[in-house]
Amino acid sequence: MTTVLETRGLLKRFGGITPTNDVSIQVEKGARRALIGPNGAGKTTLINLLTGVLEPTAGSIWLDGADITQLAPHQRVRRGVVRTFQINQLFGELTPLQSLALSVSAQLGISAQWWKRLGSDARVAPRCDTLLKQFHLDDVMDQQVKHLAYGKRRLLEIATALACEPRVLLLDEPVAGVPEGERQEIFDIINALPADVSVLLIEHDMDLVFNFAKSVTVLVNGAVFAEGDVQTISNDPRVKAVYLGEAVHG
Amino acid sequence: MTKVAHGLKHGAHWRWWEFALLAGLLLSWLLLPGHALLLNEIAILALFALSLDLILGYSGIVSLGHAAFFGFGSYAAALFAKLVMPDPWIGMLFAIALAALLGAVTSVLILRGTDLTRLMVTLGVASILYELANKLDWLTGGADGLQGVVMGPLLTPFGRFEFDIAGRTAYAYTLFVLIVCLFVGRRLVHSPFGYSLQALRDNRLRAGSIGLSVNARLVAIYTIAAAIAGAAGALLAQTSGFSSLDVFDFHRSAEVLLVLVIGGTGYLYGGIFGAIVFKLLHDLVSAWTPQYWNFWLGVFLVVLVLVGRDKLTRPWTWWKRS
Amino acid sequence: MLTLLFDGIAYGMLLFVLAVGLAVTLGLMNFINLAHGAFAMAGGYITVLAMNRLGVPFLVCLPLAFLGAALLGALLEPLLYRRMYARPHLDQVLFSIGLVFIAVTTVDYFVGSMQQNIQIPAWLQGRFDIAWVGIGKYRLFIIVVCAALTLALQWLLSRTRFGSQLRASVDDRRVAGGLGLNVNRIFLLTFAVGSGLAGLGGALGAEVLGLDPSFPLKFMIYFLIVCSVGGTTTITGPLLAALLLGIADVMGKYYAPKLGAFIVYTLMIVILLLRPQGLFVRSGGGK
Repeated sequence: MTTVLETRGLLKRFGGITPTNDVSIQVEKGARRALIGPNGAGKTTLINLLTGVLEPTAGSIWLDGADITQLAPHQRVRRGVVRTFQINQLFGELTPLQSLALSVSAQLGISAQWWKRLGSDARVAPRCDTLLKQFHLDDVMDQQVKHLAYGKRRLLEIATALACEPRVLLLDEPVAGVPEGERQEIFDIINALPADVSVLLIEHDMDLVFNFAKSVTVLVNGAVFAEGDVQTISNDPRVKAVYLGEAVHG
Repeated sequence: MTKVAHGLKHGAHWRWWEFALLAGLLLSWLLLPGHALLLNEIAILALFALSLDLILGYSGIVSLGHAAFFGFGSYAAALFAKLVMPDPWIGMLFAIALAALLGAVTSVLILRGTDLTRLMVTLGVASILYELANKLDWLTGGADGLQGVVMGPLLTPFGRFEFDIAGRTAYAYTLFVLIVCLFVGRRLVHSPFGYSLQALRDNRLRAGSIGLSVNARLVAIYTIAAAIAGAAGALLAQTSGFSSLDVFDFHRSAEVLLVLVIGGTGYLYGGIFGAIVFKLLHDLVSAWTPQYWNFWLGVFLVVLVLVGRDKLTRPWTWWKRS
Repeated sequence: MLTLLFDGIAYGMLLFVLAVGLAVTLGLMNFINLAHGAFAMAGGYITVLAMNRLGVPFLVCLPLAFLGAALLGALLEPLLYRRMYARPHLDQVLFSIGLVFIAVTTVDYFVGSMQQNIQIPAWLQGRFDIAWVGIGKYRLFIIVVCAALTLALQWLLSRTRFGSQLRASVDDRRVAGGLGLNVNRIFLLTFAVGSGLAGLGGALGAEVLGLDPSFPLKFMIYFLIVCSVGGTTTITGPLLAALLLGIADVMGKYYAPKLGAFIVYTLMIVILLLRPQGLFVRSGGGK
């Protein structure tokens, strides 16, 4: 297996708490890995560190053997590390079409063009077309995002990430707030991702985890508690205790 | 063509009312020669407000000191005409270059911090320039202003035109600059760069997360907006023949903000419509109560904001924004 | 030189009392109130009118100024300001600019635009000369009053229940409301007290800073500097910022009169460039 994304001794400390405590993980090419753990385990913090939104107190992050710890968030995106947010982060005044066209243009490297109109490059429209249809957004493609229903916004949240042609996709609770019946739609799309895209998924819904993931990393109190393939982890009594303990107390 | 491709293409198409407005502007020069001076003022204000729209409406930067660039361009053009050469075109280019430089340098200040920080630094820069202009009175004329700026004739493919007292040449000159900047601005806001500005206005975090370099874009648009504001200031100096401290005054920054808000932010034409409405209102109210224009302005502002800015937006934007 | 320092401290303390209400409003309601100076002006004019037209003694005018401005604040907060808290900052800026224009022109209409003069009582005029320092009695009075107010504020915030309710609301308004704190009442009281303090500052400062209808506009930037450099999460932040500003301004105007206010603005920009959140930020705070 080739390691695509790797952290070495990643540590984040602020104000007396340590949300990320000496985390060293390797994500292989084509991974389908779930990142699970009780609330407050530091899963979103880890994603923030991987994407550069937060700076680590210590440790390093490596992509394809190159140290990306000092790179700014937008530079990491250009190298293929893309994430979605647990709470939708969208462009309220734009339409889905414009949002996706912009993301596609950014990925193609033409987002700084100021003389030609958005979408004049022949590659943009077909890719937007595909994404809009894939995510069932074509019927609302010209409505401003701030007017869209939650379900559509969640779909756009993920579509925007896919428009960036990720090599490593970090999904932060992709189906959060989505009603039961619509969750499978989203997971079908994630399942249909190309085999060479590595996916790291934060998720609480265990059914979806076991349906999707091949490997699991369990975070507790900011540190890696257990790691392995999905069968082993689901049978691990310590993992069950951590979750059950959590269920008993809160 | 697919629906998507068509949608993208259609977004940038000229609307009928844009043609109508252009026609209206050109006709105003032809048919209202007696009002050329007033129309010139409106056009300069419109250009100034357009430049603010680029950073406020499209990029979400609240500035209380945009007059810094207006004033800088004004003094630059006036001094150029007095000390170097009176050609208006070259003076204009000089003023634009200088204002752009100032914009680029000060853009560093607006990259970080909160809205309050940005308000403070923009206000601070304008205040510093005011003080500088005041203190360097050997250059700027200080509180008396820079008088006696005599412009040379306007050299065009259609012939040479002296700046006349009635202001017809001035208005034509201003209109030309306004329309050129409008065209450029229009191309810009419909481009990927333009949409990336709106993205960083709407959600800076996500803009970075799709690979857009936020800081570089902010510096670029702040510089461009400064250049256009400088052009407006240059037009004022060149067409009125003098420059004075009030080009840097807080009132000017507040006024252009209000003009843009009246016309509507974020669709590029708000500055033009706002300037027309504002100037006409000003003339009307000033004729009625000359000293207390500011009072009614204050009341208008308070009411406008309480009721909601959107209610005032032009009817064109009740349908899709361009 | 020490005299200048002393004058600068007096100026700084005055600025602090004037601006502290704005800092708290900003920190608590996240509202950019550019009209804060209007309350200071109100206090100043109440004092002037009471003293010159009604013969009220100076010391009595001070609490009058506080009450007058506080009442004005208590009136305007639920009527106007409260609707604006959730609005974008641009709307707040436009709104408060509008209020300033109204206040300035109203005062101009009723009282005229000339600078107003106050006769400070005889026992406050003159100065002590101790060693190398010339201590103006009035400025000493200002320092004493402002220091007392600062201590009172500090006590109010850290020792009283209202203080901890206020601090809780600043940290996280939603949670505070969820805990059953009457956030509206806290806002109202805070706004009123802040405006009252501004009024008191305006009364104290009329002699030192000058009082005319353009006061709110002239000094708006100073108040904002105190808030942006001092940060809005503590009391000591704005205090130190105000002292720094006062001393810098007085020294600057003496040693480099050609540069004038230039120094202050440049200092502010440099500070904000290095520390955009302000010089003194309580770590772990909200915004």
